[in-house]
Amino acid sequence: MSDDSRFGLRRQVRLSGPLALDGGAALGPVDIAYETYGAMNADGSNVILICHALTGDQYVASDHPSTGKPGWWWRMVGPGKPVDPADYFIICSNVIGSCMGSSGPASVDPATGEPHAMRFPVITIADMVRAQALLLDHLGVDRLCAVIGGSMGGMQALTWPTLFPDRVENCIVIASTARHSAQNIAFHEVGRQAIMADPNWRGGDYYADGRVPSAGLSVARMAAHITYLSEAGLTEKFGRRLQARATKTFGFDADFQVESYLRHQGLSFVERFDANSYLFITRAMDYYDIAEDHGGSLARAFTATKARFCLVSFDTDWLYPTTESRIIVHALHAAGAPASFVELSSPFGHDAFLLECPELNRVVDGFLKGGRA
Amino acid sequence: MSDLLRPDLALIARTVTPGARVLDVGCGDGALMAALRDDKGVDARGLELDGANVAGAVGRGLSVVQGDADTDLAYYPDASFDYAILSQTLQTTRRPDKVVEELLRIGAQAFVSFPNFAHWRGRLSLLWGGRMPVTRLLPDTWYDTLNIHHLTIDDFRALVKERGWHIDGQWFLKGDRETTHANANLFAEHAVFLLRK
Repeated sequence: MSDDSRFGLRRQVRLSGPLALDGGAALGPVDIAYETYGAMNADGSNVILICHALTGDQYVASDHPSTGKPGWWWRMVGPGKPVDPADYFIICSNVIGSCMGSSGPASVDPATGEPHAMRFPVITIADMVRAQALLLDHLGVDRLCAVIGGSMGGMQALTWPTLFPDRVENCIVIASTARHSAQNIAFHEVGRQAIMADPNWRGGDYYADGRVPSAGLSVARMAAHITYLSEAGLTEKFGRRLQARATKTFGFDADFQVESYLRHQGLSFVERFDANSYLFITRAMDYYDIAEDHGGSLARAFTATKARFCLVSFDTDWLYPTTESRIIVHALHAAGAPASFVELSSPFGHDAFLLECPELNRVVDGFLKGGRA
Repeated sequence: MSDLLRPDLALIARTVTPGARVLDVGCGDGALMAALRDDKGVDARGLELDGANVAGAVGRGLSVVQGDADTDLAYYPDASFDYAILSQTLQTTRRPDKVVEELLRIGAQAFVSFPNFAHWRGRLSLLWGGRMPVTRLLPDTWYDTLNIHHLTIDDFRALVKERGWHIDGQWFLKGDRETTHANANLFAEHAVFLLRK
């Protein structure tokens, strides 16, 4: 198996498709960049799919090729971690619409030889999941022992058993929701308008000359980043402390540490992310509402699946608060699906799922082991 | 495994039919659920208020949801379990009568266990000391106890009669041992009822 070129780090595949999209368009061919860790067992019963968040990527447990940073979920995935490549065959793929090697607005349209830019079709979370299913077909994976994701990754994980009820045995949804709320959409719209207001955006056709809408994308990231943290976390980390100065300047420099921090977050983000991808993926999240796709009943989405579910929320997460997870739990009860749910305590807000949280690891580990017992 | 259970839980574990579907309301760290799963192949689900308990139970592979018996039972469909279990939790709920109604809506049968506040030690404490009892079974003082609806075995029987529920089984405990039905309201520290609508 190890000499199979489909498996390993930094893989990319071009699948012919076409993939029929929720918006009515078709995408084909479909490029998917992905990584796999560990080895599939003989009966294919140890496969775990990890789904990444809005600005995440396939490098879940290996160093990022451009930033050099360790994989974004190294605390959860890796040797000795709950999702251990010694036990599981682990797959993580870049979502379509993104910019890390999967088909997205920045990738070249084979029909024209030019980047798709805003001519890329608008996609949904379900489309991302269908693309992942195509990848699984290519990899010879029939069933998922588990699908796991946080934030937008949780949306994909929760969508999986609704689209492919027989292909998922366990589903772990962390710091996520079954639909985007008005407040979620509102924050995204601020980000999109910041990008589109940047004179470099030019309707999305900025790839040719390299003058990218970095100011707009940076502001979008700054606004979004605030929603990933908690008020208490920001106060603890920065308070009203000044940045490398003794007194206020009475100007518009980044006097406060929190300003400097956000500017840094914005600037470093534009180096690794495409503005048009940000537009397409936030749009996909805004269109996300599982109940709406099932005649207004969230419970109906889960009646066909035999999957076990585990939901985790964080008490300081105001982006996808505990109430959103409870809505999912209640629907799972109504559908008779086995569900676990816990609200964990953390000062770190929405970002908590990516940070050190031994309780989260214990819950995921125990849930996965319970599913194999 | 069930030897290690609290006596009221061991009694419930003995009585549950193998392979049944069970909802354990106020399941704590999942000790009863684990025993039922391991010894009787029971499909057990839990509801528990305390997050650390839930994390512990999920960590042992149990399906437990963090929630409140007073508010979250409404989300379970009718007749979705063979048994609904409420052990040592009734006296901590805001509306015990409504909680039992919910148990009997969700489960074909319901186990309800609770400490008997009419046990003679408690009576003596009030009669002679004029103080709310603090005993082995009721170790907390009046101001920090979680028990907000103190009831006796006779109180519970009266409620059962008033609501027209049926008693399919009843057990009484003194210390770790079962005791007779005679004068249970005076001599039993703990009661377990199996109810049906």
